[in-house]
Amino acid sequence: MSNTPTDRRYAKSHEWIKDEGDGSFTIGITAHAQELLGDLVFVDLPEVGSQVEAGSDCAVVESVKAASDVYSPVTGEVIAINDALDGAPETINEDAYGTGWMFKVKVTDTGSMDGLLDADGYDAVIAEEE
Amino acid sequence: MPFIPHTEEDIQAMLATIGVEHIDALFDEIPKELRCGELNTIPPGMSEMELSRLMQARARADGQPLCFIGAGAYDHHIPAAVWELTTRGEFYTAYTPYQAEASQGTLQLLYEYQSIMTALTGMDVSNASLYDGASALAEAVLMAVRANRKSKSKRILVPRNLHPVYRKVTRTIVHNQQIELVEVAYNSESGEIDKQELQRYSGEDYAALIIPQPNFFGVLEAADELTDWAHANGMLAIAVVNPLAMTVLKPAGEWGEQGADICCGEGQPLGAPLASGGPYFGFLCCTQKLVRQMPGRIIGRTVDMDGKPGYALTLQAREQHIRRSKATSNICTNQGLMVTAATIHMTLMGSEGMQRVAAASHANTGKLTQALTSLHGVESVFDGPVFHERVLRLPIAANKALRALAAHNVLGGFDLSDDYPELGDAILVCATEIISDSDIENYRGKLERVIASQVETPCQLKPDW
Amino acid sequence: MIYEHSRKGRRATAQAPREQADLSGIPSALRRETQPRLPEVSEMQAVRHFTRLSQKNFSIDTHFYPLGSCTMKYNPRACNTLASLPGLIGRHPLAPETHSQGFMACLFELQEILKTVTGMHAVSLTPAAGAQGEFAGVAMIRAYHDARGDTERSEILVPDAAHGTNPASAVMCGYKTREIPTGSDGDIDVDALKSALGPQAAGIMLTNPSTVGVFERRIKEIAELVHAAGGLLYYDGANLNAILGKVRPGDMGFDVIHMNLHKTFSTPHGGGGPGAGPVGVSQRLEPYLPVPMVDMDGGDYRWLTEKDRPASIGRLSAFAGNAGVLLRAYVYARLLGREGMHRVAEFSTLNANYLLKRLMEAGFDAAYPERRASHEFILTLKRQAKELGVNTMDFAKRMLDYGVHAPTTYFPLLVPECLLVEPTESEAKEELDNFVEIMASIKQEAETQPELVIQAPHTMPVRRLDDVRAARELDLAWRGDE
Repeated sequence: MSNTPTDRRYAKSHEWIKDEGDGSFTIGITAHAQELLGDLVFVDLPEVGSQVEAGSDCAVVESVKAASDVYSPVTGEVIAINDALDGAPETINEDAYGTGWMFKVKVTDTGSMDGLLDADGYDAVIAEEE
Repeated sequence: MPFIPHTEEDIQAMLATIGVEHIDALFDEIPKELRCGELNTIPPGMSEMELSRLMQARARADGQPLCFIGAGAYDHHIPAAVWELTTRGEFYTAYTPYQAEASQGTLQLLYEYQSIMTALTGMDVSNASLYDGASALAEAVLMAVRANRKSKSKRILVPRNLHPVYRKVTRTIVHNQQIELVEVAYNSESGEIDKQELQRYSGEDYAALIIPQPNFFGVLEAADELTDWAHANGMLAIAVVNPLAMTVLKPAGEWGEQGADICCGEGQPLGAPLASGGPYFGFLCCTQKLVRQMPGRIIGRTVDMDGKPGYALTLQAREQHIRRSKATSNICTNQGLMVTAATIHMTLMGSEGMQRVAAASHANTGKLTQALTSLHGVESVFDGPVFHERVLRLPIAANKALRALAAHNVLGGFDLSDDYPELGDAILVCATEIISDSDIENYRGKLERVIASQVETPCQLKPDW
Repeated sequence: MIYEHSRKGRRATAQAPREQADLSGIPSALRRETQPRLPEVSEMQAVRHFTRLSQKNFSIDTHFYPLGSCTMKYNPRACNTLASLPGLIGRHPLAPETHSQGFMACLFELQEILKTVTGMHAVSLTPAAGAQGEFAGVAMIRAYHDARGDTERSEILVPDAAHGTNPASAVMCGYKTREIPTGSDGDIDVDALKSALGPQAAGIMLTNPSTVGVFERRIKEIAELVHAAGGLLYYDGANLNAILGKVRPGDMGFDVIHMNLHKTFSTPHGGGGPGAGPVGVSQRLEPYLPVPMVDMDGGDYRWLTEKDRPASIGRLSAFAGNAGVLLRAYVYARLLGREGMHRVAEFSTLNANYLLKRLMEAGFDAAYPERRASHEFILTLKRQAKELGVNTMDFAKRMLDYGVHAPTTYFPLLVPECLLVEPTESEAKEELDNFVEIMASIKQEAETQPELVIQAPHTMPVRRLDDVRAARELDLAWRGDE
C-alpha cells in the first residue's frame, strides 16, 4: 500500500533524489516529511552555483510551528532550483514527489550516494519511526 | 506575609493533601549540604509606607535639574493618557501573546505599532521591538551579514560620528561572530560622514554601511547620496534614525534610488520617560525582501475559523523557541510595554502633533545655539544643518564647566572630550520642545558666570547648592 | 483598528505645541514630502480604543495565569508607583553622579541583595532581559577561556530540554552547541555528559530546577565533572523562584548566572517585556562583567565603566539597562526583605505540589510522577490525546473559555502533549481548587462532547486563528486603501 515512488532513492533524513539520466539529480523531501511538518509556509533554497555536500544542510522548509533543515543526499553543484516554491510552498504538501521538487544537483562524487535507501528500505524506516 | 494569601488553615489542608508534614519537606530532593541558611545581609522587609518614605527621599536627592543633555535620550512631553492607559493591568501584567485568542488586545496593538513605524520610516515591515537603540543596531548588523548574500565579507562600515556607545554595544554583541566594524571618519567642518574618506572603500567588499540620521553630533547626513553609494558598492544601507526626526525628514525607506534596506533606532522619544536610561525600546524595520532575516516578534493580521479578522504571532520559525541554535537571534522577551506606550503616544500626537514637536525641538536648539554662542569664546563646531542637537566648543575645560553648571542645577550638555578628544572642549547640547525661552536664558546666564569665574579664578569655584 | 477611527484633520489638540515652528534650518532636500500616515483621532477616541483593546487581554490582574517557566505572580503596584517618583522617572541617564546618588543607592543595594540571594561574588544589572543575560554570561565564559589562551574550546553543552534561548545565545557568542539527553527520571544523563566533556567544551548551560520542573539532584557531581574538564557552569535563572532562600546557584558550583527579574522579582511582564536579566559571577569571572555597574566608596556611589574594568565584555545597551525595571525589582525585594525571600520558594512550591497532587487525583498524568514538583510541574495529556482525540492545544484553548490563561503548552519538547503549570506563590488555595475543577470539566467534555473542546475557544473575541494564512499571506502593517 506504500505510495513511495520506486524510481528514486531516499535518505533516512527524509529527502528523495532522482537520477534524471543526464548527469543531473533532482532532490526534494518525502511525502512523509511534509506530513510531519504540516502546512508549509516557506522554503529556503540554496543558490544556483553553490556547492552542496552529502549530509550537510542546504535548504530549510518551514511550517507554522517548525522549521526543518533539508540535507543534501549527495555532493555536487546546484544547477537549478524550483522557483515556483517561492510564493507557493504548499506545492510540496500537494505533490512532494513531482512539482514539489526543490533543487537539482550535478553530482561530483557518486560515492556519496552509497548508503541511500530504495523505496522499500525507506518505508521500513518510516514504519520503525512510528 | 506580603503577597502570599495562605492562611494557616490553607497550609495545613494543602500539606495534608500532598502527604507531608512541613513545607520544608517539599525541598527534600535538594542535597542537604547545599541548603543555605539565613540571608542575614539582606535587610528585613519593610511596609509600603516605610519604603515610600525611603524612596521619596532618594528621588528628592537626585533633584530635578534643568536638562540640556540629549545624546540618545530626549525629554519630551508625554500626554497624561499614555501611561494612564499603559499601566492598566491588562497591558501591564500580561505576557507575550502565546494564547492569541486571549491576547488580541496586545496583538492588535502591536500590529498598529508596526503599521505606525512603517509609516514613519517608510519601510515595508517592522518587528514588535528590541531592547533599545544600541542593541537594535547590533541586531541590524547581524541581519545585514546574514542577508547580504553577495558579500563574502563580514565587515561593516561604521561612521565615527555614530553614537559612541552604539559602536561599543554593537562590537560587544557581534565580535564573537568574527564581524569586523571598520570606522569611517567624519568631515571636521560639516560634521557629516567624510565623503572622500568613504571613497577609499569604493569597490571593496563590505556587507553594509551604517548611516545615522541625524548623527551623534546632531548633524544631518546626505542620506540619499550615502544610500546610493552603499548600493552601488554592493552594500546594504542600515539607517539609524531618530524616530521623531523621521516625522519631518525624508524617511529611510525613500533614501536614494532604492531606499535603505534596514532602519533601526531608539524608540525612547516616542512616549518613554527618561527614567535613567530605560526601559526604552529599539525599533527595527526593513524591506519586505529581508523580513525572514529580521529578529524578534512579528505580528500578522489573519482571520479566525469564522473568517473574522484577528492577529497572531507569525514567522515564528525564525525564533529561538523553534529554531534554537539556528535562530535569527536569541531575543525572547522584548519591550512590549514601551511599545504600548509608543503606540498610544503616536496616536494621541498624530502626524501634525509629532511634526510640531520635531519643529519646536529644532527651533529651540537653534535658539539655544544662538544664545550660547553669543557668549565670548563659545562657538559652534560644525556648520552642517542639525535636527535638535549641536556641538559647541567652550573656552574653558568642558568637564569643569559642566560640573559647575550642575552645581547650579543645570545639566549643560554631554562632554565629548572622552569620545572625541580631537574636538577639544566640546559639548553636545539639546533643547527639546519642553525647553522655554527663560530656560535658555537661565542656561546662558549661568554659563556666562561659570566661564567668567573659571577664566579669572580657575580653582576656587565652590558649588552653590 | 485605530486607523478606522481616523478622519483627516482630526487631532488631540491639547497635546501638541500650539504653533508650528520654523523648519527652514533643514534643507528641503532632506525633508519629507508627505506627512507620515499616523492615526488622526481625538483624545477620547484614542483613550476608548486602547481601553477596549486592553479588555481583550488576559493578564495577572484579571485572570489566573499559570504559564509555566514565566512566573506570572502578582506585581505589586507600589513597585510601579515608587519607581515613577519624579526624581527617578525624570532623571537623564547621563546626569552626573552628583545628581544620581539616590538612584545609584537603589541599584547598588539591589546588586548586594542579588549577590546574597544567589551566592555569587559580584553582580552586574545591565542586561536588558534574560536572553541578554545569557548572552553576557556565555560571552564572559568565552572571555575567560580566551584570556587564559584556552582558545580550542568551541562548544557549549545544553540539555535537550533547555529553553531555546540557551543554544541561540551560545551561537551568538560564536559557539557550537551539543545537546545532552535527559534521563527518564528528569535528571540529565550524567554518562552522556561525561562523554561530551573534553577540551572542546567551554561550558554547560543548566536550569535548576530544570525545565522539566524537578531539581537536578546530582548537580554537585555535575559541577565537579565540568570543572575537572576545564569547563564552566552557566545557571539559567528562569526557575530561581523555586529555590529563593533555600539553595543558591553559587553554592551549587555555578560560575555564572542570570536572573529574570520579571519572573522572580515580580516586575511586570508588560505584554512581552521589558524584562531585566542581571548576571552574577564567581570571583574568577568578575573582571569580565558587563558595564556599567555601581560601586560604593565611602558612602558615595559611582559608576564602574570600561576604565575601571578593562577586561569587561563591554556594554549591552546605550545606558545602564532597563533601570526602571531594576527599581521595581528593588522595591519588591525591600518589601519582601530577608524573611520574604524563602517564603517565595516555600509557597510557590507548596502551591505547585498541591495542584499537582489534586490534578493526579482528578485523573491526569504527571510527566515525572515519582519526583517532587518544584515551583512548577508537567502534565502529559498523551493518554487523553490518544483515547479521546483531544490534544493539549484543545485543552489549552478550552481553558480560556473557563476564564484561566492556559499553562505553557508543548514545552519542553521532549515530553509529548505536555502542559507546564506554574501557579506561583501569590495564588490562593481556592484559585487552585477552581483550576482543578476546570481541568476535570474539560476532561469530562472531552469524553462526552469532544467537538466542544476541539472547537474551543467559544467565548473569546476571536476563535482559533489561521496561522498558516498569517505566515503565507504576510499582512504585517496596515496599508489603508492601497
